[in-house]
Amino acid sequence: MEDIILLSHGNGGENTRKLVEEILGTLGNDILNELLDAAVLPISGKIAFTTDSFIVSPIFFRGGDIGSLSVYGTVNDLSMVGATPLYLSLSFIIEEGFTFSDFRKILLSIKEGAEVSNVRVVTGDTKVVERGKGDGIFINTSGVGIIKNGRDWRKREIKDGDLVIINGGIGEHGISVMLERLGIKAGKSDLAPLNSLVLPLLDRTNGIKFMRDPTRGGVATVLNEISRKYGVGIEVYEDKLPLKEWVKESAEILGIDPLYAANEGKVLMIVDSKDADVVLNFLHEKPDGYDASIIGKVTKSSNRVYLVTHIGTKRILDTLKKDILPRIC
Amino acid sequence: MDREKVLDLGKRINTVSKKEINLMEFCGTHTHEIFRFGLRDILPQNIHLLSGPGCPVCVTAQEDIDYIITLARIFPIGVITFGDILNVPGSEGSLNHLRAEGKDVRVVYSPLDSLKIAKKNPQKQFLFVGVGFETTVPLVAYTLLMARKERINNLLFLSLHKLTPPAMRAILEMGEVKVDGIIGPGHVSTIIGRKGWGSIFNDYKIPFVIAGFEPEDIMLGILKLIEMVEENRPQLLNAYRRSVREEGNPHALEMINRVFSVSGDIWRGLGYIEDSGLKLNETFSEFDVKRVYPIKFKKYENKGCRCGEVLRGVLKPTECPLYGKVCNPQTPMGPCMVSSEGTCAAYYQYGEN
Repeated sequence: MEDIILLSHGNGGENTRKLVEEILGTLGNDILNELLDAAVLPISGKIAFTTDSFIVSPIFFRGGDIGSLSVYGTVNDLSMVGATPLYLSLSFIIEEGFTFSDFRKILLSIKEGAEVSNVRVVTGDTKVVERGKGDGIFINTSGVGIIKNGRDWRKREIKDGDLVIINGGIGEHGISVMLERLGIKAGKSDLAPLNSLVLPLLDRTNGIKFMRDPTRGGVATVLNEISRKYGVGIEVYEDKLPLKEWVKESAEILGIDPLYAANEGKVLMIVDSKDADVVLNFLHEKPDGYDASIIGKVTKSSNRVYLVTHIGTKRILDTLKKDILPRIC
Repeated sequence: MDREKVLDLGKRINTVSKKEINLMEFCGTHTHEIFRFGLRDILPQNIHLLSGPGCPVCVTAQEDIDYIITLARIFPIGVITFGDILNVPGSEGSLNHLRAEGKDVRVVYSPLDSLKIAKKNPQKQFLFVGVGFETTVPLVAYTLLMARKERINNLLFLSLHKLTPPAMRAILEMGEVKVDGIIGPGHVSTIIGRKGWGSIFNDYKIPFVIAGFEPEDIMLGILKLIEMVEENRPQLLNAYRRSVREEGNPHALEMINRVFSVSGDIWRGLGYIEDSGLKLNETFSEFDVKRVYPIKFKKYENKGCRCGEVLRGVLKPTECPLYGKVCNPQTPMGPCMVSSEGTCAAYYQYGEN
């Protein structure tokens, strides 16, 4: 019979100890192995702190799984404020009956993700819920990083003529997960850690004035958040949007606008126009940035986000207004 | 999309067009695409585009939603349908509310998925709610044929399917708005053919162009209509030949006829229209939910929502007192705001607020 996780793995007793050992066996390090009620961390400086929950379905998707998604999702949130990601917490909520083999696969994927993005899992928790009270496995994380001098972009002023840059193809995570749920084999998630891409970029130039990873709600939603937060207008050029062919085709079939689909390896930046070349040249040399392009411009003449279509007509690009997507992140 | 062609058609329309005219696009997808590509920007001011009732979710009568909700609250029946229907407000909540109450409500992309669900859960009864015009019906008909062939006995059907030509005729007959030309629905016409519009054209002699959905298709359709209007030479023209044939799709039509028969039906906004709906044939009556569960429920009026007038082209969404104030895509008061094909939703999404 297949080895499965039971309610008793969450009762705090012998089985819980076994489950914890399973985790330590894969993710253990000197801080985690102390098994104290809280991790004690030797850090000083300006600290960034973030939290996120991951409930993706399917749990294993093309281009990643809930484990790597948890690590990179958290790493990326820290990276977006210019922080070097250092430590993660992981909290598993597991539905009884979830197989140990799948759980081990997820742990290995977390281990690999943590190694690739150079972070350590330093504290965590496990809970097991009754069958039907969860959907396989949910993961909650938090992340801590430090912001080195010169990487904190928050005080830089966004002005007329600033450019909107993205590091590559739009909507790949959201649309590929959607296709996978429909049983269609096409494309894959763009899931990737962004710390090794954006942190050196922040050291290269002071021209970056805003960064966010356009996950849920997609690029259109982030642009609307920028527009509202800073009281500026943004023009987006449909012609310039980097879109893979499979994204274009399947978006058309599914009736989804890729501008509203989630990304998990993309960074959307507002960049001073005089620094745009430096940023693009830097990105174009990197595997996660070779398709980077300027997709829009900040305008002070309005305070809304507009799309300039292929034809040259203009229409408003609003925030996502209805549920179009099932659980993808 | 061919940008140069679109712009060129725009120029030609601007040269030819002189009269102040109203064109009605019957189909909600046309409305949506016209906004998505910003085509109004390149049309002259004297051409007014009116949206018609071509959004199947929008014309679904409130009492049909009420029937489903009442049924699922009384009996342990799982409801399977297309996503858009979930948000349509009934008198007491929507199917989304029903799901939040813990009732089994599932969304599928294809009606065939309902067979899989029924087979996987043989102890439970399910209801597939079929919504859509002639375009959607053949696949639902096929699903019913398969359900019979595979002897699936825990799946019922509710047909809210509607036929488009009777609705078009009703709008012309009411005469509430001056319609100078009609942009005919491309997808529907793929099934019913150019022929399907013949009797309406013969009776009303109104310029009628069946158009596709790429921006250049829509612009070509508009150009052809304007030429007819300016020269006072109405025609029934198929400008979507790569998809629409004179006879339509005989195979699909035959499949529809095997399973469904024409009956009168209630359209939201238009009321009862003779021969505008599709009910299950006598031979499929064991699948007919209304036969199995002939329940009674209280009927309510929907106060304030003017979706009906929007569907008839009498009122622009922005002229409705609820639009954008209490009615928006998150909390729609009426179905025109729910479906992506709905006129109010298209206006709202693309910035007329």
